[in-house]
Amino acid sequence: MTDLLWLIPALPLASATLLILGSQWLGPRWVATLGVGSVGAAGLCVLFTTLQWQGAPLQQTLWTWIQVGELSAGVSFYVDGLTLVMMSVITGVGFLIHLYSAEFMAGDTSYARYFAYLNLFVAAMLTLVMADNLLLLFFGWEGVGACSYLLVGFWHFDAANGAAARKAFVVTRVGDAAMALGLFLLFREFGTLDIQALSAAANARWEVGNPTAVLATALLLGGAVGKSAQLPLHTWLPDAMAGPTPVSALIHAATMVTAGVYLVARTHELFLLAPPTLTAVAVIGLFTLLLAAFTALCQHDIKRILAWSTISQIGYMFLGLGVGAWSASIFHLMTHAFFKALLFLAAGAVIHCLHHEHDIRNMGGLRSRLPVVFLSFLIGAAALSALPLTSGFFSKDLIVLAAFEAPGIGPWLWAGAVLGAFLTALYSFRLVFVVFFGRANTLPDRQPGPAMATPLSVLCVFSLAGGWLGIPVANVFPAEGEGHPALWVEAVSIGIPLLGLALAYALFLGRRWDASGLVESPLGQAFYRFWHAGWRVDGLYDRLWVKPFLVLTVLLKSEPVDRLYGAVVALCQLCYEGLSRSQSGRLRQYATVMAAGVIVLLGVVWRAAGG
Amino acid sequence: MIYLLLILLLGGGLAWASERWNPQAPRWVALGVVGFALLYLTVAVARLPVEQFSLLPAASQPDTWLAHTRIDWMPRFGIHFELALDGLSLTLVALTLLLGLIALSASWAEIEQRTGFFQANLLWSLTGVVGVFMALDLFLFFVFYEVMLVPMYLLIAIWGHEARSYASMKFFIFTQASGLLMLVSIVVLAYQHALQTGSFSFSYFDLLDHRLDPALAFWVMLGFFLAFTVKLPGFPFHTWLPDAHTQAPTAGSVLLAGILLKTGAYGLLRFAIPLFPEAAAEFAPVAMALGAAGIIYGAVLAFAQSDFKRLVAYSSVSHMGFILLGLYAWNSLAVQGAIVQMVAHGLSTAALFMIAGSLQQRMHTRDMGRMGGLWLNAPRMGACALFFTMASLGLPGLGNFVAEFLVLLGLFQVAPRMAVIAAVGLVTGAVYSLIMLQRSFQGPGDPERAVPDYGRRELATMLLMVALLIWLGVNPQPLLELTQPTVDSLLPGATP
Repeated sequence: MTDLLWLIPALPLASATLLILGSQWLGPRWVATLGVGSVGAAGLCVLFTTLQWQGAPLQQTLWTWIQVGELSAGVSFYVDGLTLVMMSVITGVGFLIHLYSAEFMAGDTSYARYFAYLNLFVAAMLTLVMADNLLLLFFGWEGVGACSYLLVGFWHFDAANGAAARKAFVVTRVGDAAMALGLFLLFREFGTLDIQALSAAANARWEVGNPTAVLATALLLGGAVGKSAQLPLHTWLPDAMAGPTPVSALIHAATMVTAGVYLVARTHELFLLAPPTLTAVAVIGLFTLLLAAFTALCQHDIKRILAWSTISQIGYMFLGLGVGAWSASIFHLMTHAFFKALLFLAAGAVIHCLHHEHDIRNMGGLRSRLPVVFLSFLIGAAALSALPLTSGFFSKDLIVLAAFEAPGIGPWLWAGAVLGAFLTALYSFRLVFVVFFGRANTLPDRQPGPAMATPLSVLCVFSLAGGWLGIPVANVFPAEGEGHPALWVEAVSIGIPLLGLALAYALFLGRRWDASGLVESPLGQAFYRFWHAGWRVDGLYDRLWVKPFLVLTVLLKSEPVDRLYGAVVALCQLCYEGLSRSQSGRLRQYATVMAAGVIVLLGVVWRAAGG
Repeated sequence: MIYLLLILLLGGGLAWASERWNPQAPRWVALGVVGFALLYLTVAVARLPVEQFSLLPAASQPDTWLAHTRIDWMPRFGIHFELALDGLSLTLVALTLLLGLIALSASWAEIEQRTGFFQANLLWSLTGVVGVFMALDLFLFFVFYEVMLVPMYLLIAIWGHEARSYASMKFFIFTQASGLLMLVSIVVLAYQHALQTGSFSFSYFDLLDHRLDPALAFWVMLGFFLAFTVKLPGFPFHTWLPDAHTQAPTAGSVLLAGILLKTGAYGLLRFAIPLFPEAAAEFAPVAMALGAAGIIYGAVLAFAQSDFKRLVAYSSVSHMGFILLGLYAWNSLAVQGAIVQMVAHGLSTAALFMIAGSLQQRMHTRDMGRMGGLWLNAPRMGACALFFTMASLGLPGLGNFVAEFLVLLGLFQVAPRMAVIAAVGLVTGAVYSLIMLQRSFQGPGDPERAVPDYGRRELATMLLMVALLIWLGVNPQPLLELTQPTVDSLLPGATP
């Protein structure tokens, strides 16, 4: 099976190529078969590999990509337990989302283009996780970024979508530039970009806390933060919801945005040598998860709520990475992929059936009208809130408890994470109660067909039972602490989401309390607007970066450098005009000038001879 | 090698003459000539033994080069008609002929007046460029360097757009004035050689081992540097470029961006640095600062443009900054990156200029304010524009990424701060590239607008470049191996 590893990314890549070249000749049925089938086939390959897997990392080198001087990077794959988890998520969830898309996008004029981009994305994402060196990883990393750009701006005839796509690309590129610098630094230190070799060399050379290690991991973290939409580079993700909903499910929930988590986990041996960076990872995670949770509470667009919730959940993963709960973070990555994809696909079904309605205030009462969607959404929300025994519960609980155990700031991290869990339950069930209960404001005009309902059902099962799946990462990460926090800590961690659910019920369904007075007070309004605008980070960046750049372009547009050459030209013209005026044709003037010239010349000669 | 030059030179004459016979004939003649030249080169190279490609081309042993010719020209002054070919020259000569074909395709339906003289100029400027890449006698090099200017000047001045006379004059004066500095430097070099050994020599092989007094070396080096940096063009000598590009006919832009600029990079790599290693090392920080400034400045100005072609022209300024950085970082990684950049930029920018040309031909405007949503009318053209935009912003998997990555990786080893500044260019590059795509092909469009999509000839040309860029991006190794001996032979002796 090792020899066939290359097939896994090659299948979707080949399909994408066919779809691009043959878009004119292929009918929609063929397009869907190719697009969905290629990912399904790749998924089967992954399944096959997993079943045959003996526990040792699989490796395959296809060809030498770049070899100059010390640098030697191949197109080579390295597949261990961590990679297998990622590959299963990418192809498994990816296949379901492709299947869903076949119906969701039916009738779109660019059906083939859509599947081509989506397949290309899967190929790039697989390359990212399978790469054995950081250069190839970077290849996949930028590739998924480009596909994300293409898919966010898929309906590019609307200028707003184009703007969202550009923002997504440029903001993540800031992180990518930092990551590239990290690669350069690592290469300068060790002369290789091979991940395993780097880890070994770093462990041999660097003691814990080495300043270069801190700098290098901080630069890598820059890339991770950009791709995974964490503070301070999170602003692109809510806008990225401009893309088709299945794209949001695949790229902006289940796979690409978790690439940052994967990167940190993959290079964890480097991060372990840099405790200050690890602390930064945890703190960034904590702040992001709280900021995003508060913001999610104040949104009305169903997809934006889910987007902020994604940012928040990835915050949990970063928190887990930061406190050394590696496998818990990857576990949460996996369960999150299940339930967030489920939520997005369910939201997509709602939008699909309600003539592209996004505002939850215009929804309501869909429980009986879209029963499959309701059930899916309910299960997704339960898992997102980490209600006991759902998949999200197992993974999030591990992270929250590990945070408590972290030395020093542990209890603070834990308290923040628990507050976040409370908010998560609150906004998740606000969504459920507002959209599916109460008075119906818009009536659905169709029901999701089998291609949409099947992925929803499968994801429901995984969202519920995914917590019982084991992930084979024991050999990848160092053993984690076995200490158990006090019973009250566990009790609070488990109980808090239920409290959030209860409050959501009281506020949005039972109407026990009316919070409108609080919200409409001046202070409440101020907070509401602040949170609704995502803590005004966008406005800040606009003033800090965008406006100054625009001013600079306006200032430079007239090309100041050319003025310099313009001045030379003007000087020449001046001389020319002066001299041409002297050529007046008057004999008397010529004679005078000549005489004056002779006198001056004589004077010079006389001085030279005399002095 | 002389035959290669003769084919192109005489082919130009033939193309001119054939116009009397039929106004359609010159382009077929030109196609035949360039095709034949490519074939000739391929056959000649295929005949060489494989081992020859891994030899280090040593200055003292002409037989270590892939090919070498030397004919007496003005023996009294030590001037010879001396041509030589190594992996670097071969790469660039091949690129030149290839882009010649592409330029020909670009002019196929665009040029309708005086077609014979147009194709003759096209072929003659190719002759000049090929000569530049092979000449190893400095005097001969200078002659070719000047020869390629005249046909290019004519191409812009006769077949250019509205402000063509201003643009062509500016182009001519900039390059001519800087060429003069180089001539002075060359003469000084030969004279110094005569002072020390008793005989004049303009041969690269003699001068390479020749050491000058450091103070003098600095000024002579500066003469070369200025000449090549104006040509490259490096900041702040770039201002001729946007005008020349904007006004040139498409084929002119393709040649200008694709290969004429590369003669500047080639000159730096072949002459300006190896002839004066110490002086160049001393000067490296200034050159790198100019390169980094060019990356950012070009990117900012590119964003500010509303003229499609002008935007692409400024993006060239930005990309050439990477070459300057790569060359003056002067290690294997960075120099190889600069070489790949020459090829990749040649292809990607030529393609973007062709797209600009097609748009102008169809819409009679270059103003992006009057475009938008063109994907709707011309999806194939849009897909090509998307691809080359992605290439130009350095997407991995395409040639430009390999180039930029190697340059930055090599640069970081010697000057991390410069690399940090240059890395900002990765972000600004994305900003201007994507806005270009948005303003022209994306956004709301008008389905009724009559903008015909690409036909077979145009699509085939584009697909050729697409394939080459992908090949360069996923498997640059053959190219790297071809040029590695040259790089190795130049590098020892000086590492700043």
